[in-house]
Amino acid sequence: MAGTRTAGLKDATAIVGIGQTAFAKRLPESEKALACRAVLAALDDAGISPAEVDALASYTMEETDEVELAKAVGFGDLSFFSKVGFGGGGSCATVAHLAAAVATGQATVGVAWRSRKRGSGPRPWRNTAVQLPTPAQWTRPFGLLRPVDEIAMLTRRYLYEYGATRDHLFNVALACRNRANQNPAAIMYERPLTREMYMTSRWISEPLCLFDNCLETDGALACVVVSAERARDCRRRPVYVHSAAQGLPAQHHGMVNYWNDDPLTGPAWTAARHLWKHADLTPEDVDVAQIYDAFTSLVPLSLEGYGFCGRGEGGAFTEGGALEIGGRLPLNTGGGGLSEAYVHGFNLVTEGVRQLRGTSTAQVPDAATCLVTAGEGVPTSALLLRN
Amino acid sequence: MLTPVVDDDGTPFWEYAARGELRVQACAEPGCGELRFPPRPCCPHCHSFAAEWRRMSGRGRIWSYVIPHPPLLPDYAAQAPYNVIVVELAEAPRIRLVGNLVAGPDARLDSVARERIRIGARVQVVFPREPKELEEGAVRPPRWTLERS
Repeated sequence: MAGTRTAGLKDATAIVGIGQTAFAKRLPESEKALACRAVLAALDDAGISPAEVDALASYTMEETDEVELAKAVGFGDLSFFSKVGFGGGGSCATVAHLAAAVATGQATVGVAWRSRKRGSGPRPWRNTAVQLPTPAQWTRPFGLLRPVDEIAMLTRRYLYEYGATRDHLFNVALACRNRANQNPAAIMYERPLTREMYMTSRWISEPLCLFDNCLETDGALACVVVSAERARDCRRRPVYVHSAAQGLPAQHHGMVNYWNDDPLTGPAWTAARHLWKHADLTPEDVDVAQIYDAFTSLVPLSLEGYGFCGRGEGGAFTEGGALEIGGRLPLNTGGGGLSEAYVHGFNLVTEGVRQLRGTSTAQVPDAATCLVTAGEGVPTSALLLRN
Repeated sequence: MLTPVVDDDGTPFWEYAARGELRVQACAEPGCGELRFPPRPCCPHCHSFAAEWRRMSGRGRIWSYVIPHPPLLPDYAAQAPYNVIVVELAEAPRIRLVGNLVAGPDARLDSVARERIRIGARVQVVFPREPKELEEGAVRPPRWTLERS
């Protein structure tokens, strides 16, 4: 109708609480108990009672379902709940779904969470009974078994096409490790990484070595989303959801994206177009970024996709300390999935909030805007946060 | 070794492969005829549900490759480090197939020295000939050899 438009998501909601458990290779409690602890911690951080929660969002891979969580921690009546697929591609989308629900009046207090015992639990790729007919019938019989093999295939092509090098991938691993060394909650706190260690480490799937792979971690995290109006009355400084996007590109094939015209421009490009279209900001305005790093090579791809550099320039972008504190784009300031904890990228969301509160263990001075991304290489999502 | 968990759309590919033929699904709509891989119920270009399986020459080039190392499933760990390649087909470079570069139809997945594997190398499809592979319903996953060996 002429003259009418939707209010949109821009700054309509805010993250007002974050919570997490300890991170470790093995935690004694169940995933359900860890989920409860993280959610209660996030609500306490916000100063909001669990009885006020009426919306939930998580990943389809999350094992603690809404019924179990709601009855355990004493939520009120829920009027909105959603789950997002594609593993780590759903991290930011959980917040985006809550933001949409709150902004449109479907709910008032939303909680997003992820609890996972990936450190002490099974590796999903070892389960040969659940291999999906499509696309696994075209890949697994040939020994392309694990996510690392699938992404290594794209990485090899990326290095070949653009002349990027293992040193560029090392720059990513090093920036994350350096930040983890500043973060007492990180698995890799006080465990420095050197170029010598990286270059002589064992291969996992050439061209990716041990240090190109994320950690395997037990842990849980959560955050609380409310309207901007409500946020002003909460305990902490609000961190506004300025823009949010999901991205599933045309003719995309998931982590084995070998079967379209241009496999090296993936979901990040699609999410980015929507993210920036609805933002008052550009990539140049981003003070700090939390970029999904299950594998180092996802970072140069994402840097290109979200517009921090041109196509094929993601490797070179990492040079000269660009990803370190004081560099052009400080990256994964809690240590990321590579060196803090791998919980499907939810720790990137909470670290983004900390940066904009000014409470990170590797604080970027006066950080006012933060990009958070979910997994590149699968249908993905992203958040542009501001304070 | 893992055998393919085949779905309805993929069944013809594996049936042709069992006969030693490399065929790719194509739209059968007159005026369209686009190849598509992986196979699916309808054509993303013209939306026709009519499909045919077009025989390929079996020639292609290596588009990318990886060398997996353990931890792996036991049958694969026993051959590691081995190669997995992606081949772009000569007649349709945007149709790419995951496979293995081997020294011969029945050779192991680690039978080609990794120094010989490079992006752009010309390859030719081969199908395993082991007797047990020829049993009724057996799967013969296509493999690839270097054109210049």
